[in-house]
Amino acid sequence: MTSSTDIEGGGTPVLVDGDTEPTAETGTRVPVGRSPGQLMWLRFKRDRAGVISAYVVILFFLVGLLAPLISQLYGKNPYTVYADERPELFDSAGVPVQPNGGISGEFWFGLEPGNGYDVFTKLLYGIRNSLGISLAVTLATVLTGIVLGVAAGYLGGRTDFLISRVIDFLLAIPAQLFFIASMPVVVSLFVSPRDETPVYVRVVALIAVQWFLGWMSLGRILRGTSLALREREFIEAAKVSGAPPGRIIRKEILPNVVTPILVQATYMLPNFVTAEAGLSFLGVGLVEPTPDWGQMFSKAATELVMQNDITYMFFPGVSMIIFIVAFNLLGDSVRDAFDPKTAR
Amino acid sequence: MTQEDVVLPAPREAEGRSEAEAGEREPLLVVEGLTKHFPVKGGFPIRRTVGQVQAVDGIDLTVAVGESFGLVGESGCGKSTTGRLITRLLEPTGGKVSYRGQDISHASRRELAPIRSEIQMIFQDPYSSLNPRQTVGKIISGPMEINGIEPEGGREKRVRELLEIVGLNPEHFNRFPHEFSGGQRQRIGVARALALEPKLIVADEPVSALDVSIQAQVVNLLQQVQRELDIAFLFIAHDLAVVRHFSQRVAVMYLGKIIEVGDRTSIYTRPRHPYTHALLSAVPEVAVGEDSAPQRERIRLAGDVPSPISPPSGCRFRTRCWKAAEKCAAEEPPLVRISGNHEGHLTACHFPEEPTTEARDEDIVLDPALAALEDGGEG
Ligand SMILES: Nc1ncnc2c1ncn2[C@@H]1O[C@H](COP(=O)(O)OP(=O)(O)OP(=O)(O)O)[C@@H](O)[C@H]1O
Ligand code: SF4
Ligand SMILES: [Mg+2]
Repeated sequence: MTSSTDIEGGGTPVLVDGDTEPTAETGTRVPVGRSPGQLMWLRFKRDRAGVISAYVVILFFLVGLLAPLISQLYGKNPYTVYADERPELFDSAGVPVQPNGGISGEFWFGLEPGNGYDVFTKLLYGIRNSLGISLAVTLATVLTGIVLGVAAGYLGGRTDFLISRVIDFLLAIPAQLFFIASMPVVVSLFVSPRDETPVYVRVVALIAVQWFLGWMSLGRILRGTSLALREREFIEAAKVSGAPPGRIIRKEILPNVVTPILVQATYMLPNFVTAEAGLSFLGVGLVEPTPDWGQMFSKAATELVMQNDITYMFFPGVSMIIFIVAFNLLGDSVRDAFDPKTAR
Repeated sequence: MTQEDVVLPAPREAEGRSEAEAGEREPLLVVEGLTKHFPVKGGFPIRRTVGQVQAVDGIDLTVAVGESFGLVGESGCGKSTTGRLITRLLEPTGGKVSYRGQDISHASRRELAPIRSEIQMIFQDPYSSLNPRQTVGKIISGPMEINGIEPEGGREKRVRELLEIVGLNPEHFNRFPHEFSGGQRQRIGVARALALEPKLIVADEPVSALDVSIQAQVVNLLQQVQRELDIAFLFIAHDLAVVRHFSQRVAVMYLGKIIEVGDRTSIYTRPRHPYTHALLSAVPEVAVGEDSAPQRERIRLAGDVPSPISPPSGCRFRTRCWKAAEKCAAEEPPLVRISGNHEGHLTACHFPEEPTTEARDEDIVLDPALAALEDGGEG
């Protein structure tokens, strides 16, 4: 009997690994581990651009959330037709008399030509509606992506084949064209073309149409990730212990796909915002008098052509550019924080 | 490989529990004619099965209660597949796996539930065998949670105990795997396998991913665990060196078949199959102290293992065997006790080698390029 364990006499083994214990260097440190999530949070907090863009993005969401409150404090709402209420502010063509689209101490961002809506409150509500719709689309797509992607990747076989072919098929559909063409169709499913279309129908249709063609990229990524995870030995360890499939998906797979979900969601949301804006711009999304970010552009574009006046483009344009840029920077930072190895 | 000679403990030939005695214990796991064929898909546009990977092709083995059984073979010969079939991570194509007399070859997850806690597994890759998102405590208590086991004093106490058994700081239960080294991670894997107080542990190359200097420590830990807790081990390894210190009985696998099996002394000192001879000659000399140890034979094998999709006819080793004859291609050699073998020592070869590992008059070097190299080096 010459081996070291025998010399130890079979008692509790002392630590024999040549490598150091995690706390060996700092004796005082409380041995509480940092989870991968905490590590990513630490990395994210160190990224100045990421933190600033996070604040900007949060500000936009706050503005959207608090739009009714802000409007109340400001004393106006986006539905008041100032062309009727205060006709003295408009000329005979319905254009505000004052320069720069009627910007004044009373109307901070001016008045819209035509019906004379207040631009400031309209922008607040437009942001609110656009972000609300995009958030709903993001949630729906993420949920669908998780369910179908993880199912395809984890179950494999026929399920995988079927889901993958559906993804291929949907990816082959030209999204922009589909959105434009299908919006009226979807709306007409709910109401007859002769009736007035309620706002909620348009909202639901906007969400449904974008969701339908929005989930595939995340679904594909999650399929790949789950497929790779399925081969990992910790999944086999769980199976050897008798874990049911539900538990394996919940406890072993899902916590490991949070990263791609978050990264992908931060990329998807601004895309949905622009897509929704695009649809409303083209007149198949939200229509007047419902305020909408994208629809403000269509008004502004008409004005730009008719009056050669860029004022109306300014506020929705600048705010949207700031939002999209900030959100994309945030997305980059989130990805960097999660996955420090890939360079930008 | 000199480092290995130093760190690996010398084999313990004179053990308290003799090898013969181990053979007489009641069988815990009995595997008969176990077969696993993976379909190879191909073809366009309709994918269909174009062939079969004969990963495991009819193997028999028995592991007794508390015994350590070694399974050795080159990469790709089907060792992991065998381990996964026994732990029922894979569904066998044919054959039978019985545990304590109960046929579990095709048992469903529910049917397996009562014995799940008795058969556990230790994995090869310490970086993929622990969920990076769970704390060590969660990882080790997972099996208890799944099986609804509530140990005295709570699961956390048990986790600390287990951490201590495997030689880790019990206060580290709320750390995450990425904070540990490879060797420490493997210890966590051992603790997880022990959590259910198993009777059989399938250890699939538990040390081959580790640094040579740490390998011996983990092997020692496993050995200690095996002895003190009286757990039977199916220890899978790709060379005979690691298994030598650990297993009372050893089986050598080649291309999905067991070609030689026997107790440790038989396999290491009286091997009969040419492949076992070749594997043994690749094992670094362990008996450093004995000057009188005779010079050992040297064998260099040529080429790669043939594809398991279309294994050679007759004896699967014949494409690399220096004794191959016509009979070897025509007839598959049965795994039998050949004359001169000890009890329980079975060999599958038509023209077995002499039961010795001493140096031959001439080294066997099958690879011409290698032969030229060696000649050049000496001349
Ligand atoms: N899921 C699978 N599908 C198809 N073929 C497989 C599968 N798993 C293993 N194989 C094949 O079966 C054969 C045996 O594989 P196995 O993993 O059992 O070998 P091994 O002896 O464990 O090798 P290693 O030492 O590299 O781990 C290999 O040829 C491998 O390619
Ligand atoms: S049966 Fe023939 S080919 Fe196979 S190992 Fe024996 S001698 Fe070699
Ligand atoms: Mg293997």
